[in-house]
Amino acid sequence: MLSASRENLTVRLGYILRRFLFLVFVMWTAATVLFLIPRMSRVNPIRERFNALARSTGYAPKDLESIIASYELKFGLDKPLPQQYVDYMASVLRGDLGVSLMSYPKPVAELIGEALPWTIGLLGVTTVLTFLIGTVIGALAGWPRSPKWIKGMVPPLMILAAIPPVILALLLVYFIGFRLKLLPMGGAFSAGLTKEFSLPFILDVLSHAILPAFSLILGSAGFWALGMRGMGITIQGEDYVNFAEHKGLKPGRIFYWYYVRNAILPQVTSLALAFGGIISAGVLVESVYGFPGIGSTLSAAILANDYFVIYGIGYITVVAVAVSMLVVDLLYPLLDPRIRYDRK
Amino acid sequence: MTSAVLQVSDLRVTYYTDSGRTRAVDGVNLTLYAGERLGLVGESGCGKSTMALALMRMIKPPGRIESGSAIVGDETDNVDMLKLNEEQVLQARLSRIAYIPQGAMNSLNPVMRIGVQMIDAIQAHRPKATKTEMREQAEAALESVELKRGVFHMYAHELSGGMKQRVCIAIGILLSPKVIIADEPTSALDVVVQRQVMETICKVQEKIGATVILIGHDMGLMCQITNRVAVMYAGKLVELSTVREMFTNPMHPYAKALIASLPNLDNKGVFRGIPGLAPSLLKLPSGCVFHPRCQYAMDVCKTTMPQQSVTKSGRYVYCHLYDKDGNQVSGTPLIKPEAVTN
Repeated sequence: MLSASRENLTVRLGYILRRFLFLVFVMWTAATVLFLIPRMSRVNPIRERFNALARSTGYAPKDLESIIASYELKFGLDKPLPQQYVDYMASVLRGDLGVSLMSYPKPVAELIGEALPWTIGLLGVTTVLTFLIGTVIGALAGWPRSPKWIKGMVPPLMILAAIPPVILALLLVYFIGFRLKLLPMGGAFSAGLTKEFSLPFILDVLSHAILPAFSLILGSAGFWALGMRGMGITIQGEDYVNFAEHKGLKPGRIFYWYYVRNAILPQVTSLALAFGGIISAGVLVESVYGFPGIGSTLSAAILANDYFVIYGIGYITVVAVAVSMLVVDLLYPLLDPRIRYDRK
Repeated sequence: MTSAVLQVSDLRVTYYTDSGRTRAVDGVNLTLYAGERLGLVGESGCGKSTMALALMRMIKPPGRIESGSAIVGDETDNVDMLKLNEEQVLQARLSRIAYIPQGAMNSLNPVMRIGVQMIDAIQAHRPKATKTEMREQAEAALESVELKRGVFHMYAHELSGGMKQRVCIAIGILLSPKVIIADEPTSALDVVVQRQVMETICKVQEKIGATVILIGHDMGLMCQITNRVAVMYAGKLVELSTVREMFTNPMHPYAKALIASLPNLDNKGVFRGIPGLAPSLLKLPSGCVFHPRCQYAMDVCKTTMPQQSVTKSGRYVYCHLYDKDGNQVSGTPLIKPEAVTN
């Protein structure tokens, strides 16, 4: 037994190592693609930026070409491509994603660093809540013994899920924020408050988060419920659920250990993917509420042709998906014993 | 014979489907004694499994148990499965009457260890038992079906088909029930493992003194394993006899045709099937349900349902060819045993 478990441990460590190397490979590929895309394009982001400035202010500097050339020198764009690639990779490794054009000379990494906690706070929490609410409703809706009113909850949730979260967000802002004035209409905290770890500030942040959270939860709980209900209906017809009834087990025990425990497996995969996608999921909702997260930053960067910020956020998104897939791959064998760490 | 451990009388189960009511089990009477093994045979859809589920009180909507009683246990300690409330039914399942499922391949929860699934079952009926007691009981049950104690720690996907079936049997006998229903327990196994599994069932049955109802289509297996055979047709029990009588001298024309269709060593060549198809339960023929396919059908068969005849040796048969005591009514077509030797 002991040698077997030690052997098991080395197999697991080997698996984790392989999986980790794969993550590094994904990050390298993403960085390379993001290096190549702007260099394949004929658009010069620096020239675009100055053109936009010229359009908005009506002032075009006479020595535009020399300014652009000096910027290219600064960003190392005059060097041969391989040399640029090596420099770029070295800076990505250092966590340096370049400098924002929109709010020059702020580094992209800093810009993302400021926005990321807000996004993780709002979308991380809403994703977990949506998953829990949707999965519980879906599990109950697929269970034959549940009362009718629970089964009746799925269609309204589906209708809400069919409405884009932005529309829901606008409706909530108009009725609850503007008409009824029950909750703040936007922002992450009230103007005039300083960011500090105190009760009034935390309550203020929470009151600002309620509406965006609601538009996200109402908008996607239906999908989770539908997925869980579908899986649940399949599982409740399985022989092992039937046999559990023949064993005379209490319905509650069958519900959790035989039904939910098996039906939830695909939901967990989706949850990990949803976590990877939270950076891009909230773009529109964050914009509606003027919430200072990654989504707002991204939409502002797109409007301002701020390529470096766009690529930076793109890179972070790829890394987030890859990391959550790694976490799922590591957790899955604990949830489902049929999936093993070794390659077989 | 020893005391009766299962007395089923006038059991009726109906499914209320969109296209009408179907009587899946229609007035079945049956008495089984301790230590006895009954084979329940019949075409697919004739109500064998429905009857087993009714005894377990596992009929779900749109099905309904319309009437009847099913007394499980001897004179001193018995319950009527069909009259218990929800709570009592849960307690009676497995401890008084156990069911060994048809699809053993898929009857074990893939994400729980075998041992946990066994302890689950014990705990539901004996909440006061300690962990060590329950574990000892589960491992002993595994041993009694010739599995290693180590199976306790394994998952279903680590077991072979035969092992999974044995685990299901081990769970079925955990609480020494008086009645064990085995619904085609060996249909997915090869003949060698089939025999081993059946011998295992018989051995544990003798150990705990239960009665076994073996549901299946395999007449060869029935012949080797059971003491008595019941033949069902379209929801009705048409004949109940000892194995020897059933195979050498079947009384009911359907049972006779069924036995005649079996291959045996003396009777090589062409086999005779039963003409026609089993009737739809939605539109049962009038009178005796078998009359459209019966070569002995008389006018009375088309209008009147036959009554139960009981012979001196205790055989039941439902056919107009016989009077109340199971003697052939004079003037009816002679029904004699085919050249079937056993």
